[in-house]
Amino acid sequence: MTTATLHDVRLSGAASDRNYFNDEYGALSWFLTKDHKRIAILYLISVSVLFVIGGFFAMMMRIELLTPEGDLLTSDTYNKFFTMHGVVMIFFFLIPVIPAVLGNFLLPLQIGAKDLAFPKINLLSWYLYMLAAGIGLIVIVTGGVDTGWTFYTPFSTQYSNTHVFGTTFAGFIAGFSSILTGLNFIVTIHRMRAPGLTWYRLPLFVWALYATSIVMLLATPVLAITLVMLMIERTVGVGFFDPALGGDPVLYQHMFWFYSHPAVYIMILPAMGVASDVVAAFTRKKIFGYRFVAFSSLAIAFLGFLVWAHHLFVAGISVYSAMIFAFLTFFVAVPSAIKVFNWTATLYKASVSWQTPMLYIMGFIGLFTIGGVTGLFLASLGLDIHVTDTYFVVAHFHYVMVGGTVMAYLAGIHYWWPKITGRMYPEWWARLAALLVFVGFNLTFFPQFILGYVGMPRRYHAYAPEFQVLNVLSTAGASVLAVGYMLPIFYLIWSIWNGRPAGKNPWGAVGLEWTTSSPPPKENFHETPVVTWEAYDYPGMMKAMGETQHV
Amino acid sequence: MSDMALGNEHHHHHPFLQHHFEDLGQQHEASTLGMWMFLCTEILFFGGVLCAYWVYRVMYPEAWAVGAHLQQTGWGATNTIVLIVSSLTMALAVRAAQLGKRGQQLGFLFATLIFGTAFLVVKGIEYHRHWEEGLFPGSHFHWHEHPELAQKVQLFMCFYWGMTGLHALHMIIGAGLLLWIMWRAYKNHFGPEYYAPVEVMGLYWHFVDIVWIFLFPFLYLIHEVHHG
Repeated sequence: MTTATLHDVRLSGAASDRNYFNDEYGALSWFLTKDHKRIAILYLISVSVLFVIGGFFAMMMRIELLTPEGDLLTSDTYNKFFTMHGVVMIFFFLIPVIPAVLGNFLLPLQIGAKDLAFPKINLLSWYLYMLAAGIGLIVIVTGGVDTGWTFYTPFSTQYSNTHVFGTTFAGFIAGFSSILTGLNFIVTIHRMRAPGLTWYRLPLFVWALYATSIVMLLATPVLAITLVMLMIERTVGVGFFDPALGGDPVLYQHMFWFYSHPAVYIMILPAMGVASDVVAAFTRKKIFGYRFVAFSSLAIAFLGFLVWAHHLFVAGISVYSAMIFAFLTFFVAVPSAIKVFNWTATLYKASVSWQTPMLYIMGFIGLFTIGGVTGLFLASLGLDIHVTDTYFVVAHFHYVMVGGTVMAYLAGIHYWWPKITGRMYPEWWARLAALLVFVGFNLTFFPQFILGYVGMPRRYHAYAPEFQVLNVLSTAGASVLAVGYMLPIFYLIWSIWNGRPAGKNPWGAVGLEWTTSSPPPKENFHETPVVTWEAYDYPGMMKAMGETQHV
Repeated sequence: MSDMALGNEHHHHHPFLQHHFEDLGQQHEASTLGMWMFLCTEILFFGGVLCAYWVYRVMYPEAWAVGAHLQQTGWGATNTIVLIVSSLTMALAVRAAQLGKRGQQLGFLFATLIFGTAFLVVKGIEYHRHWEEGLFPGSHFHWHEHPELAQKVQLFMCFYWGMTGLHALHMIIGAGLLLWIMWRAYKNHFGPEYYAPVEVMGLYWHFVDIVWIFLFPFLYLIHEVHHG
């Protein structure tokens, strides 16, 4: 009887109510889906779980660091916790989060396509991610790994007696998940755009995903082969980086950072894309300097490949090589600054709507700027030697990755939540969470700049007593931050059933994703859209508003 | 405006046209671009280990020359020819698919599979020899001709086994894909309208061939230019 009723409901609602949620039912319709929107939901759930696990390790470390003595965690456990915090957050959260969740959901919608170019490969990439995450979780449960997320040799190959093999194998597989996503995006952007949607009419989020995908495609395989070499070395007992055989551990660092520095841009470029879309929508203006913002993404992707050895300034590379890499690193600041200036110019004299996504993006712009500028401090050879392996470095990359990527992700998930679920999130709670995240973040990480500058080294569970005040501040901030991160999990889930129905376009935003129903039907658009307007044509849209409002 | 949308509709759907593409041309372009992108990834994958190989070659030229001397150039050259011929038969198979000549296509695919298998057999013979000679790195390694170079030669052999092993793995995957394409060709799936899978398979096969074209001189021939 239920089948019949469901069937009837589906038939009767066919014209307006059919969407990707109620198109098919049952667990298999999710686990075998080829719909990019459902795969995005699968990713959303998985990365959220991994984020909570990674956050748990962070919180335990912050509690340990409340007192100068190593009283909560032994030094061995602490080593494992910071390693697993890094591995989980980087490989299983930051790298996939925006491309695989927001990118997967929005890319076909933003370019007017029915799906990504390779839907089966898209599903495969989620399964690879889950396999990698599963191996990672087994490693965590069976004793963990203590090498740091960078797996430096020869410690990782000769000395560590923890689960290095399992962790690197998980990283290897997660890499292929990432490569397949990038490959899919590039082909989709080249081949699947709707009629009339030229490159310069693309939303900047698409440009950002394109640049990100290039980095995924060209950097990740180098990590893969490096981890293969590491795994062979660890299992066969001889290998490529073993000093006893004449191998060079510094070569490992070169190869590792050839991926892992560009990986930073895998994390931040899509965040910048979200920022461009949100800034335009909440200022109701065209993005200032559209082409500069678009090409600065490609410039960052390109320059990102030329700076890896700035992670090796104290590893014994030649001073000339260090000078060249320092010089090239400064160059990355140029396209990054172009973006920040263009967002700022867009905001200039605009009447800004201060809804939650915009609050997060204002936080993003400020925090990313601090993270980026302290990156220039670190690119300066003399200063870098002073602060290498201190909390200054920790603070710097958390400003970029957490203050940058996570803030922009939260902006994006709120901005597109009505499209994803068809419901509005509760604005008051969301603003409160945005405020808590901003305050908590700064309270957590700003003291770490000072701690690092005055000499507190990273990766120790105990420290000199004079550092305690700043560490207590940092832990207090982390607690606020944790509340700020937990709130959206609750109110977003609540809103799926209880939120106000959003309608097609609750923000009055320009973009193909806002022209279809919320949630979108399985095939995204009932007819292939034809694009005749520029990206972010808010002036044009305001003019046309009166005519279409009653339709 | 609905006229415009309807105007593009095709009267019949090709059985292999996937729902999210407008037409077979778009699907074909997506498939080939996808494979080219995958090959870019592969270039960087092999490029990483080749780069490491090159760093050590510059550091230890003598050991690298000795290591290359330990290879059977004859077997290596044979395999090079075998692979180049297999690339030719693969290219002819793609052409046969485009022309819709099912018999020819199956013949050329089968020839490609035979050459690919021959390559793996020769590689197996070489591997067996190296194993017997104690040239497998690790506790099996027993090579004492030049004791002062032994460790570096072992490092060379790490690269030899690692790179040829990865290449052989790609060959095995390629052979599996060939079997699948042959099955589809047997079912008469390909013709002038639809042959993208054969073309994409061809791109992959040529790439694996090209990787060997790099590995052969690096691992077998480098001793000819050894002057310390």
